[in-house]
Amino acid sequence: MIGNFAFAELLASALIVLGGAFALIGSWGLVRLPSLMERLHGPTKASTLGLGGMLLGSVAFFQLVEGAWTTHELLVSVFLFVTAPIAANMIAKVHLHQLKLGKTPGPAGPPAEPGPDSLWATYEAPHEGTPGCFAED
Amino acid sequence: MIEYALAFAFVALAIALAMNLWRLLRGPGVGDRILALDTMVINAIGIIVLAGIADGSGTSFEAAMLLAMVGFVGTVAYCKFLLRGDIIE
Repeated sequence: MIGNFAFAELLASALIVLGGAFALIGSWGLVRLPSLMERLHGPTKASTLGLGGMLLGSVAFFQLVEGAWTTHELLVSVFLFVTAPIAANMIAKVHLHQLKLGKTPGPAGPPAEPGPDSLWATYEAPHEGTPGCFAED
Repeated sequence: MIEYALAFAFVALAIALAMNLWRLLRGPGVGDRILALDTMVINAIGIIVLAGIADGSGTSFEAAMLLAMVGFVGTVAYCKFLLRGDIIE
């Protein structure tokens, strides 16, 4: 039983240290990398590995102290795993939009025009034939 | 042992939040500021989780869950406003 206790504490400590280190690395990437498209990569590590490690460490810790498995930490983790790619995609679209408008300097200049039958929703208004846009609207 | 791990993670998250604040203030574009705010929310969730472990109480996880939801909705609302000029069309 003592061995189990020590193992659970070691596991929780290791996961918390791992999570804190990845959160720090992700934010350092946010400061260090040169352009926004590269900076998007840093915080994804902070949100998946960093917070995931801390939340798993919390599960291990409450199993150690209260002897009960808790799952609502995992709910936070699952929610972040679902929403982080959507938020990153929206930020990338804002960046492309700002490059197109010339409001942000980009390393490669403004992006190319989309083709005539492009479905790139950032650059053009919805028209007939765009998914989700109906003719009678 | 867990006290040392918690102290390390608290210091790491504090430094991470300071770096997010630097990126938020410096810019250069509006996308960088949104990304910095999004990352600040992530790090704040981490601090809430660590505070819950340090207290030994499980009551702070509702706050972490709420902050995760509100942070995501806030990021998407900023992006929608910049993309379309309106949040709910």
